[in-house]
Order: sequence, then C-alpha cells, then structure tokens
Amino acid sequence: MLAYLIRRIIAVIMMVLVVLLTTFSIFYLLPKWSGQDLAVVYAGKGTSPEALEGIRNKLGLDEPVLAQFWEFVKGIPMGRDYANGADDVTHCDAPCLGYSFRTETSVWDALTSALPVTGALALGACIMWLVGGVAVGVLSALKRGSFWDRTAMIGALSGVSMPIFFTGMIMMGVFVHSLGLLKLDDELTSSDSIGVWFETLLLPWIALAFLQAAMYARLTRATMLEVMGEDYIRTARSKGLGEQAVIIRHALRSTMTPILTVFGLDLGVLMGGAILTEQTFGLKGIGYEAVNAVGSKDLPVILGVTLIAALAIAVANLVVDIMYAVIDPRVRLG
Amino acid sequence: MTAPLHDTPAEAAPSEVSGAADQAGAKKVEGRSLKQIAWNRLKQDKLALAGAVIVLVLVIVSVFAPLIVDLFGHPPTEFNQDKLDPLTNLPQGALGGVSAEHWFGVEPNNGRDIFSRIIYGARVSMLVAFLAAILAVVLGTLFGIIAGFFGGWVDAVISRVMDVLLAFPQLLFIISLVSVLPNDLFGLTGSGVRIMILILVIGFFGWPYVGRIVRGQTLSLREREYVEAARSLGGGSRHILFRELLPNLVAPITVYTTLMIPTNILTEAALSFLGAGVRPPTASWGGMLRDALGTYEHDPMFMVFPGLAIFITVLAFNLFGDGLRDALDPKGTR
Repeated sequence: MLAYLIRRIIAVIMMVLVVLLTTFSIFYLLPKWSGQDLAVVYAGKGTSPEALEGIRNKLGLDEPVLAQFWEFVKGIPMGRDYANGADDVTHCDAPCLGYSFRTETSVWDALTSALPVTGALALGACIMWLVGGVAVGVLSALKRGSFWDRTAMIGALSGVSMPIFFTGMIMMGVFVHSLGLLKLDDELTSSDSIGVWFETLLLPWIALAFLQAAMYARLTRATMLEVMGEDYIRTARSKGLGEQAVIIRHALRSTMTPILTVFGLDLGVLMGGAILTEQTFGLKGIGYEAVNAVGSKDLPVILGVTLIAALAIAVANLVVDIMYAVIDPRVRLG
Repeated sequence: MTAPLHDTPAEAAPSEVSGAADQAGAKKVEGRSLKQIAWNRLKQDKLALAGAVIVLVLVIVSVFAPLIVDLFGHPPTEFNQDKLDPLTNLPQGALGGVSAEHWFGVEPNNGRDIFSRIIYGARVSMLVAFLAAILAVVLGTLFGIIAGFFGGWVDAVISRVMDVLLAFPQLLFIISLVSVLPNDLFGLTGSGVRIMILILVIGFFGWPYVGRIVRGQTLSLREREYVEAARSLGGGSRHILFRELLPNLVAPITVYTTLMIPTNILTEAALSFLGAGVRPPTASWGGMLRDALGTYEHDPMFMVFPGLAIFITVLAFNLFGDGLRDALDPKGTR
C-alpha cells in the first residue's frame, strides 16, 4: 500500500511537471518564433533598450527555456530572489510562483484569495449534482420505460445539451433582473457573511449542478441497468433478500464505482477553475483570474493557475483510485 | 496465398459484430442483416429520426448560408442603426426588434440582423465540430488500435501520452494557446486562422477519448479466433490491423463520432464565449452570447436566439447519436 502510494505520488508530480513544462514552453517559445519579446510584453512598448535588458536580467528571460523552467519549479519549494540591481534584491517567499506581470503582486497570494470562491462553488454544486443525478438515474433505471423514465431522460438529455453560459444568463435574467429575488455580490471576500456567499452562489450552484446532474443521471441509469442484470443480483434475490436491500446494498454499490471515477475527475477539473461558470456569473475565482491573465498575457498568473488546475486533476485521479479499493472489494491496489 | 486472406476473414468480420457465429454459407446474408437490423431499429426510434432530420436541415443551412441570407437581403455584417433606439442603442419594437424583415430581430449597439448571423454562425459551428471530430477519430483510432494490438512498450508510451492529455486543464490551455498564436499562420488570416486553430486544438484534445475506447476494444478483439486464424494463415500485422480488426471497430467508432460532434459544438461555443474563437465580425453562436452577456438585462432576445441555436443543434445530434448507439448495440433489446 505504501509503495503504491509513493509510486502514485511520484506519478502525480511527473504529470503536473509535464503539463507545466508544456505550458511554459508554449509561452516562452511561441512568442520567440513569431518575433515577440517577452520583456516587451512585460514592460509595454516604448520601453528603453536598457530597461528591457534589466528586465530580462531580473526575470532570467535571457537564459535557456529549461533553465528558466528549473528556476520556476525550484522557486515553489525554496523561494526565489529577483535582482533589481547590484544590491537591490526582492525575495519571494516559498511557495513562490513569481509576481504578476500586470499588478506586480504575488501570484501565490492572488490565487489563494481566489481559491475560496472556486472551492465554495465547486463543493456546493457537486453535492447537489451527485445527490440529484444519482437519485434520478436510479429511479429511472428501476422504472425503466415508464413515463417518469422517459421524461427524466429527455430532461437529462436537454440538460447536457445546454451550455452553462446560456442557462446561467437565463437564470440571472429571471431571478436577479426581472423578479429581483436575489442580489449578487460583485466580489466575495472572507469578511462577507455566509448569507451573502449563499445568495451569490445559489444560482451558480444550481446552473452548474443542473448541467452535471443531467450527465450523472444518464450515467447512473445506464450503469444501474447493467448491474441489475448481473448474476449476483439474482443470487441476492434468490437467497430471499428484500428488493430494497438488493438495490441499496448490492446494486447501488457497484453502480457507484464508475460514477465515482467521473465524479473525482469532474471535481478536479472544477477546482482548477470553473472558467465558464465564473465568467458567466462574474465570480472572481481561479477561472476568472485565468481568463483575465490570458487576456493580458500575464504569464506568471497563467502558469500559477495551470499548476493548480493540473494538480487538482492529478490528485483527484489518485483519490478516486484509492476510493475504488474502499468501495469495491474486487479492486486491489498494487 | 493472398487471395483467400483478403476474402474469407474480411467477410467473416461483419458476422463477428452481430455476435452470431454462423456457417460459412450464411455469412454474406448475416453481414447485410446487421445493417438491416440497425436500420429497422433506427426507423422505429422517432426521437432519433427527429434528431437526424434537424441535423440534415442544419447541414443544408450551413452549406447554403450565403444563398439563404441573400434571399432575405441582410448581410451578417451590415449595420442597421435606423433599427435602434438612438438613446439606448437597443433595438426598436418588441422582442428585440423581431419583425417580418428581421425574423430574429437585430443586435443592440449596431443593429446587425440576428437571423443572418445565426445562419452564418451555424457554418462555423458545423465546420469546426465535424472536422475536429474527424481529426480526433482518425488519430484516436490509429493510436488506439496500435496500442491495443502491439501492447508492450508501444502501448505503455501511447497510454501515458493519453493520460497526460486527459489530465490537461484543456479549456485553460486552449485559451492560453490561442492568445499567443500569431494572427496569420500558414497563409491564412483573420477568422480563417482561428477556425483552423479551433479544429486542430479541439481535435487534438479529443483523440485520447477515442483512443481509449478503441484500445480497449482492440485488446479484447485481438484474442478472437478469427484473428488467430488470419495470423496462422500468414497474415501480417498490417493486414490484421486494417483488414481484420478495423471493420469490427466501425460500429463503436461511428457511434462515438456522432456523439463527439455535439461536444465539439459546445466546446467551440465555449471558446468563442471566452473570446478565443473566431474573430469579430465573423458570426459565431458563442461569440454572440459573449456580446449578449453585457446587454441581456435590457435585451434578452439577443441572448435567446444564439442560445437556442446551440441548444437545438446539440440536442438534435445527441438524440441521433443515442438512437444510433441503441440501434447498433448488438446486445440491444429495444
């Protein structure tokens, strides 16, 4: 078990490094090939050549890409020093992700202050969609072919066919602008009360949960139907177990395995920034930071977001695999 | 030696899909009847047929977009300031200016005809979704079949690459990539470049999904007797891959391609919504929703039409894809 964990954690780190290196190379190499200078991107056009040279020196832009990448990675556990001149040194404490090209603030601070918004959005929505989606899916599978089943499945298919920025705008239009039932806070901070957070996040939760629940309902139904046809369900029934016990203790258990896989991955993706949801509802989370950073070519912030996103996905994968062994006794880790 | 190799196993292949192991004489009939069974099932699925009809209409509309727009006489980039309220810049008249002349009304701020822009937007959507799906399926099938068939280190390398690609924060990566790519590439400029980039990027990130399915199928198919028979008759790897295995993978690949197109439409819309899609003034549904995000409180119809266009298109493809999957499923009971 321990050996397995260590092996997997190394794999997670490798995976994240590959993703980072790819992003890093694209941002450092592509501009070079198309004749852009990153120092100009940083300082703006019209900066004097001497100043540009200083920036290159300070940020290490004149070094080879791999050396720069190494500096960046090393900065995460060790911290990093930026030399402004001969004896003027800015120290960036570990975990150092560098400073934003645009706002000159620490990327780590910017991301950690955006994380609670994304986290609250993802966690609230995931509870709603997991419970809702699985419940609808199980009911549909048990009443296969009934009116309820058909209605639910057409509803679910419609749900997966709607982009969230459309449902989100409809919901905001109706509940915020037409009926005036809710008020959205422009910028959620830790000093806002739980009530404000709840009011602001309610619509995003529902919009996100609706979309995802539709997917989960379809997946649950399909898996459940397959499981109910297995031999061990027949065995459980024939030994005299009540239908409820058969469904809850036997069928639901193995139905949950594939759903858990998808759930872990979805949650991982969301934790790295629910880009579309945040953009639609104007929530200032990780995804919002990401889109802003991309728009202004703020490389350190983009790298920081990529790091968080890749890490979230890789860790979610690992957790899912471990949970597998807990839920499904047939799975052995090794 | 070659002649029987080309004949017998290739004909044996279709019967393998239907799961029926008949005698040699009945093989040809079996091969046809599978298609007939599928077609008969599909004919009875009214929702799938409705989806197919809508898809067909959309394809025709996209191909003949210039003709249709000519018929109504409002080019998609023509400004109609006279249709706007001079004070608010919102469309005059009810429902965002819906009239006999402008079926879907006009855009706020510049008065462009929404109907024409929806028609032209269909072009972008369809082009990107279809070509990206084809790219993903070609790459996925090729690498999946090679990984599954050869196993060993070839499989290990391809599987790791797929793992890394699936762990990529895709949306974030794509918007970052688009932001650094130059505006003219390979002799294309403006929206042409963007459309090509969209196709390449969406297709590239789509292939691992196809690859995993094809690999899994290949793994189970390569142990079948007919593959062994072909090998003992002296069939080379290439013969077995493309003459024996590939025909048996056609059904799952077809289903997956059909279901991939709606996903691609949603991705293209999402990218355009985030500003990484085609450039203005070229019309795209996601881009229209991006524009609508600023004005939907005052002019909701500007958001409703492109939103519905995406919804109906994606739903139609999903209905058709689901029906096709059920129809081609050898275990299907409906």
